[in-house]
Amino acid sequence: MTLVTEPPKANFRLGMLIYDTRYRSYTIQVIVLILFLMGVAWLANNTIENLAAKDKDINFGFLWNRAGYDIDQHLIPYTNDDTHFRALLVGLGNTLVVALVGCFFSTILGVIIGVLRLSKNWLVARLMTIYIEIFRNIPLLLWIILVYVVFSETRPAPRDFKIVEGQTSAAHMNFFDTIAVTNRGTNVPAPLLTNPLPTVHLGFLPISLSLIAVIVVIAASIYANILLRRRTKVVQEATGIRPTIWWKSLLILCVPVVALLFAMGLHWEYPVFKGFNFNGGINIAHSFTALTIALTLYYASVIAETVRAGIQAISRGQSEASAALGIRPGRIMSLVILPQALRVIIPPLISQYLSLTKDTSLGIAVSYLDLRGTLGGITLNQTGRELECMTLMMLIYLIISLIISAVMNAYNASVKLKER
Amino acid sequence: MKKSVFFGALAATTVLAGSAFAGTLDDVKARGELICGANVGLTGFGAPDATGAYVGFDVDLCKAIAAAVLGDASKVKYVPTTGETRFTALASGEVDVLIRNSTWTFSRDTDLKFDFVAVNYYDGQGFMVKKELGVSSAKELDGATVCIQTGTTTELNLADFFKSNNISYTPVTVGDDSEALRQYDAGACDAYTTDASGLAASRASLANPADHIILPEIISKEPLGPVVRHGDNNWGDIVRWTYYALLEAEEKGITKANIDTVGTSTTDPEVKRLLGLEGDMGAMMGLDKEWAKRAIAASGNYGEIFETNIGTSTPIGLARGLNALWTQGGLQYAPPFR
Amino acid sequence: MSLLYVRRDMLAPQAPPASQTGAIRWIRENLFSGPFNTILTLLAIWTLYQLIALSWPWLANGVWSDANSMADCRAVVAANAGPDASGACWAMIRERWHQFIFGFYPPELWWRPILTFALLFVALAPVLYSDNKGAVAKMCGVVGVLMVLCLIGADGFSAHTVFAAAVMAALTAIAATKPRLLLIVTLLFPFVALWLLWGGAVWGPIVALIGFMVLAVVYGFVAPKLGPVMGASIGFIAACLWWLLLQSYVSEAWQALLPFELIEVDSDKFGGFLLAFVIGVASISISLPLGILLALGRRSDMLLIKTLSVGFIEFVRGVPLITMLFTASLLLQYFLPPQTNFDLILRVVILVTIFSAAYNAEVVRGGLAALPRGQYEAADALGLDYWQAQRLIIMPQALKISIPGIVSTFIGLFKDTTLVSFVGLADPLRGITTIVRADIAWKGIYWEPYIFVGGIFFIVCFGMSRYSMYLENKLKTDHS
Repeated sequence: MTLVTEPPKANFRLGMLIYDTRYRSYTIQVIVLILFLMGVAWLANNTIENLAAKDKDINFGFLWNRAGYDIDQHLIPYTNDDTHFRALLVGLGNTLVVALVGCFFSTILGVIIGVLRLSKNWLVARLMTIYIEIFRNIPLLLWIILVYVVFSETRPAPRDFKIVEGQTSAAHMNFFDTIAVTNRGTNVPAPLLTNPLPTVHLGFLPISLSLIAVIVVIAASIYANILLRRRTKVVQEATGIRPTIWWKSLLILCVPVVALLFAMGLHWEYPVFKGFNFNGGINIAHSFTALTIALTLYYASVIAETVRAGIQAISRGQSEASAALGIRPGRIMSLVILPQALRVIIPPLISQYLSLTKDTSLGIAVSYLDLRGTLGGITLNQTGRELECMTLMMLIYLIISLIISAVMNAYNASVKLKER
Repeated sequence: MKKSVFFGALAATTVLAGSAFAGTLDDVKARGELICGANVGLTGFGAPDATGAYVGFDVDLCKAIAAAVLGDASKVKYVPTTGETRFTALASGEVDVLIRNSTWTFSRDTDLKFDFVAVNYYDGQGFMVKKELGVSSAKELDGATVCIQTGTTTELNLADFFKSNNISYTPVTVGDDSEALRQYDAGACDAYTTDASGLAASRASLANPADHIILPEIISKEPLGPVVRHGDNNWGDIVRWTYYALLEAEEKGITKANIDTVGTSTTDPEVKRLLGLEGDMGAMMGLDKEWAKRAIAASGNYGEIFETNIGTSTPIGLARGLNALWTQGGLQYAPPFR
Repeated sequence: MSLLYVRRDMLAPQAPPASQTGAIRWIRENLFSGPFNTILTLLAIWTLYQLIALSWPWLANGVWSDANSMADCRAVVAANAGPDASGACWAMIRERWHQFIFGFYPPELWWRPILTFALLFVALAPVLYSDNKGAVAKMCGVVGVLMVLCLIGADGFSAHTVFAAAVMAALTAIAATKPRLLLIVTLLFPFVALWLLWGGAVWGPIVALIGFMVLAVVYGFVAPKLGPVMGASIGFIAACLWWLLLQSYVSEAWQALLPFELIEVDSDKFGGFLLAFVIGVASISISLPLGILLALGRRSDMLLIKTLSVGFIEFVRGVPLITMLFTASLLLQYFLPPQTNFDLILRVVILVTIFSAAYNAEVVRGGLAALPRGQYEAADALGLDYWQAQRLIIMPQALKISIPGIVSTFIGLFKDTTLVSFVGLADPLRGITTIVRADIAWKGIYWEPYIFVGGIFFIVCFGMSRYSMYLENKLKTDHS
């Protein structure tokens, strides 16, 4: 056996591979490696044999065939003539959209509930506790199904919105006749541009330059605002007087965007009832709304607990000291407690974002066509290529998760550096 | 052909060592039990009742096969399958035969390596709408919202239909039949599309069936039938001819009630062959003489199975239509038993 | 001479003003202490009112009996509360409750899952209350009484009830006198549970158990000479040989010699909460040792073992459970030798075990990280080798810290067992509900089953989370 990487000593005996702690770890690792490779080979061999027995092969070529099915919600243009690969991208987009929206709203709701749970108001604190316990202790799947049922059972049908001369319609639109929540979807106004910038086709993905322009302008405004605040801080430290800047901030943040949108001719297309349904505007399917709301409500309860634990981890002395300095209670929370609590809160928060992203796959309960619904659902079912579809799907989820983990680790590292 | 998994021993009875590719008949006999891939949520075709016993049109065919092969119609284990898991369950040998209203299509037959041995129900995809909508043809459904089950051929048919008529629609995908019906009933979609048999069953269970109509267009052919794996032709023959025996029995007037007496009174040689009184047809498939007799005795002939589960006397109330015998203007036709 | 204007005796203390005492003060301080709080309180009251106003008529008009279908229910509600009233149809629960609890498990055998469930608590008691002997006996007694009540409710008073009661009484007596003996019950529980739930010959589980004894004996011989790792490996190989080669012959021989068996129940009869508990408990108990090994692997100095452990944990934690379940139902057959086939519940348990092993590994890693370095150094200073140190010093402390984490992993896993409906198993939430809703009598029902199942989930998970909090508090005081 020539397994040892170090040159053997003069009095090396074979038995030392087992008895000598210097060598034993190598022995163990080599054995584990051999076992691991054998295991992998065994699985691979079985797979090949099984595929051969079923007269199948591993071939991702089906991704370029016509998909043939429709997807009701697509962020990129898609028709049933497009390929399975494009259906995959549409599904991935739907997964990410639910994940992002869910993370955003559950964080807001979770922070509010977590803070309110510690409120001195007896009734509110109890209600929040009840909320948290009810949502945490009942499967997410149930919430998704229930929210979905609530929407389709309690909202009026689109035809109830029909306005007949001389009669009042049975149902009304919300928010000054701009949003209609029917039992088959939510219709919101769509932003339209009269003179938009051109759209660039980057391979298969169309990229709207108008959208990019808006994002760039907003980013620039935020950066300018940061510069302004930094300058204000310098002034404050030099003179002891903090200049009033809120109106400057407001101007910097709003004017450029408004000017840009005005130049491009932004107007809204309102949903109008016509024929069977509302036409115009954007129709958001209830599968999306229900999934997002259920994820938001459920993860808000989880995040609320994290926030509560984070706040309680900050010693009472901090808030007492702030009170002694004469800071008002609301500001104690926002200026003293929360900034410190964030360090405790954010690592578990990110792992909850990770769970939320993975749990978007529960959209299966309301047939939301996310990555699992397209690639792992209809495509798999129509092509019968379960090995390829499942592998691809797991790989994509894994990449998403690893990206989120990487963000978490980067954040943890950055927090660690600040500690002295 | 037994290969056991070591924790299988631990789990005592939970291991089923089975062969996937040859000798399904031997496996079934050795196991003493037929494993049938079934539907758990389709009223009239396959669903467990309050006692957990499976009942339905497809389930009765499973029972007939078990009776023919094992001599006991109760020796069936039903493996619940979903639209997504059914073909894998069959391909992996988890089930011996899949009787779960699966549509016979070219790619399933060839690319997925299955054999559709017969058509036990000729179906077609249709639409149900509320009467008050004032629609009389599917072609008037431009702009409509349509509820549709995923994991079936219906979603492809729907896309094709609307495309070829150059009209648009919004699909609302749902997971199973009862959920689709709930959505439709609540008005979350204008039309519900699925196989016409399913539409009829659904319509019957609505609070006020007369308020809903099934549109005349049938937009696809949906031959539903039992599926077996490619390659095991003998097993395919058994499933196929068990089904034809039920059909033949209806044509010859053999019912569950008269099966014991008809053999002595009849002079029809084909009935005698079917009931095993003449010749030994079962031996050609590895079964005994009375296989067909037992199959028919299990739940009756094809017509009886149809009537008890989904026929006009049941709440589902399906007419025979295409599924009438060829002698009565339908498509159900059994090749001769000789 | 006396100063008349000086008071001589003290005035009796006056009662504080009404606004500063009792309920009014409490309300002022806790509900209306400021404009913001007042708004919050009013909002909360309004929300509560809306919720109650929405759901009360529906609940109040609920139908419990006199109905055998949805149509009956509608008729009864219309007769009682007017034609437009809505009402809950609990009659469905009355007719189908057993499917939600036991799935399709034969009614005459319900005593077996109930007894198994009671034994689960007996098996857990010595682990959960390791330091409180009285509590173990108390728990056994309470569980026993509850079990008898359940049995009488489900089954009537029968021989099985007497038998199960006798078993529980004996175990309670043992718990009261020699609680440490109950650890044997803990070790035997998996085999007893398998046998009770699936039935069949008693020799299958017993002979499988002998495999573990083979492992122990071989380990006892080999470990002193070649070290614990080699001992465990060789023992494991020996046990595998026993299971693969001898198991079936030995158990068949014994069965022929001394036939003793329970009626077999097939896996396809499992459903409802029985299935949820089988998957949950089996997965968490198998995954715990795996998780410990993975956690140790992740902290190992050996690069290869560390890499493999990290890779495994990150892979499993990176994909949704639902893809693991689809793997169990669609892909597992590709990875196993051709023509191997075993039933879906077992496949799901394997994949869920793999899934929870990764999560348990992270929990145990947290427990290991929480131990001060001094513990490791002290173990080294005592001259203990790696496994001795783990067994005697590290693990007892680390696991104790990890118990709340493990309990919450279990709660998560238990809730996630509802996902098995997507691969065709009859879980209580979606599987059984779909079956009920496909019944022509109950078509159109949707709130009631979900509320019923959600309520049970809430009770179970809330109970467990309270217990985990109690443990956390107890552990905290231990260490302060």
